[in-house]
Amino acid sequence: MDLSVSFAGLTLKNPLLTASGTFGYGLEFMDYGDLRELGGIVVKGTSLYPRQGNPMPRVAETPAGMLNAIGLQNPGVEVFVKDYLPRLPWRETAVIVNIYACDAAEFGELAGILAAEEGVAALEVNISCPNVKAGGVLFGQDPFMAGQVTEAVKSRAGDKPVIVKLSPNVTDIAAMAKACEAAGADALSLINTVSGMAVDVRCRKPRLANVIGGLSGPAVKPVALRCLHQVRGAVTIPLIGLGGISSAEDVLEFILVGAHAVQIGTANFLRPDMAFKIARELPDACGCFRIDSWESFRGSLIL
Amino acid sequence: MLRDSKGAEPLWPPEACITTTVAATPVAALAGCFDTVLVRRVALSRSGPGCGLWRLDIANPGVESFAPGQFMMLRPRAFALDPLWGRPFSIYALAPKTISFFIQVAGRGTAALAGLEPGAPLTVWGPLGNAFALEPDVRTLILAGGVGLAPFPAYVKKHPAPSRLSVLFGHRPPVAAYPFKEIAAAVNAEHFRECKPGDIETFIALLDERIRDYRGGLILACGPQPFLLTVKRLARKHNARLQISLENRMACGVGACLGCVTKMAVAGDSPEPAFANVQVCTKGPVFWADQIRLEGEEPWT
Repeated sequence: MDLSVSFAGLTLKNPLLTASGTFGYGLEFMDYGDLRELGGIVVKGTSLYPRQGNPMPRVAETPAGMLNAIGLQNPGVEVFVKDYLPRLPWRETAVIVNIYACDAAEFGELAGILAAEEGVAALEVNISCPNVKAGGVLFGQDPFMAGQVTEAVKSRAGDKPVIVKLSPNVTDIAAMAKACEAAGADALSLINTVSGMAVDVRCRKPRLANVIGGLSGPAVKPVALRCLHQVRGAVTIPLIGLGGISSAEDVLEFILVGAHAVQIGTANFLRPDMAFKIARELPDACGCFRIDSWESFRGSLIL
Repeated sequence: MLRDSKGAEPLWPPEACITTTVAATPVAALAGCFDTVLVRRVALSRSGPGCGLWRLDIANPGVESFAPGQFMMLRPRAFALDPLWGRPFSIYALAPKTISFFIQVAGRGTAALAGLEPGAPLTVWGPLGNAFALEPDVRTLILAGGVGLAPFPAYVKKHPAPSRLSVLFGHRPPVAAYPFKEIAAAVNAEHFRECKPGDIETFIALLDERIRDYRGGLILACGPQPFLLTVKRLARKHNARLQISLENRMACGVGACLGCVTKMAVAGDSPEPAFANVQVCTKGPVFWADQIRLEGEEPWT
């Protein structure tokens, strides 16, 4: 079967992407597989200027999952463009840049810089960050602000598709999705991490220095599928599903619920060749479940 | 006194950026991810306080070489989706058919590893990280605390001039629970067992004395965080060259998750020393002590 998929101006050789923050810049994984076997990679959240991130501890293992509060440590967009992007096989595999900023104008500026890069296939907008100019309310928890950011990025992104990454930490994710669609988003990816917390009763301290972090891994997969299902019913733009995917069968579950593509995230930490392994196993899994085309299978969930 | 941008807390020794500028030894060895099996596990002490210490031998899936100080991630297939992460361990020995690790049970993951039966499948990746400096012509002192002894048998074995090497090993369980004998057979090695309150002061006095003796040489240390903090403080006091290996918790081992970072001095345009969070798994685990700021380290004055 033809595993390739085209949507929102992107053509991927298979529907497998790696999730932002779990695959570095791809370069970290070159010893473990050929990046060209993947549909694409979504690189670490990138900001206009370098960020040092949060104090340690920043990660905690939880039942079938993990919490993180890395705090967007990254070297900034300039280093990414100059040092990392040229080393990636962007002609053969889509390089999607996850962008992060503290206000809509900075989002726009970042989009403008990356729009000029031939090697960038698309932008993924991380709206799970505080809007400093609005008193720290998260962009991703307010449909109006999410729409503003989407517009700001879209207006500067040129011909680059704009994917908005939705947070599950909202009352009505469908409303968020609609706001982003109305503001011009070309696609949505979901879900970002689920807000969570872990404590250590022995020392009576939180397990993260930031106290609260984002839960990811197999533990969040049911939340991700639920969000995907609700958003699928609310918008017509293509969706990229993620949250706890750790096998080829998991990939198919997200496509069944309506995703055009998926991202492999925390599972990359289970073994560094995980994304490549899933790419190799996907054709057999399609055969096993008698899938003969993505078009006929996508969203074919029997309700 | 040096202060951070908020003017609050002293952050960095003023000389940190100008003393050692050489990075700890990088290693060119190729890493890989392999499916393999446990060959055997050996309890180094069947009962008593040393009973959580084990040697694990896995079938060597094709690792040809490593440099002492490097580590591998081990994840039993029995973990399935929980516990989530693999666990990092120094490579203790490498043979054509086996790779050996010396581990201490400290939580769920290590308990599960120590409970594996021969034949149990594992995913392993590595060798990862950098290595201890090896300077054959320089008098070298190894300081190890507890399970921190793990990388040193291989180091001692590889060193071309064992007469220039000395080891001081501090521990709580009986010494027989550690791979100390093989070190003592090759080089000048002493050990100190902490049995009762007050012993720790004696041990620290001994560390102080040895570090002073090696201030013109090279000192390598691996062990628990309080041990590293003490060793670093003493090395600074005596102006001794010190490398330490960090044992930060890790999720990926390959530099992607940014969960294991430590603060490392970086050169900058600013007259004030700057630091950056760097991954212990890929920029370490071995660092020149004067280039990093340890978790829990007293602010410099």
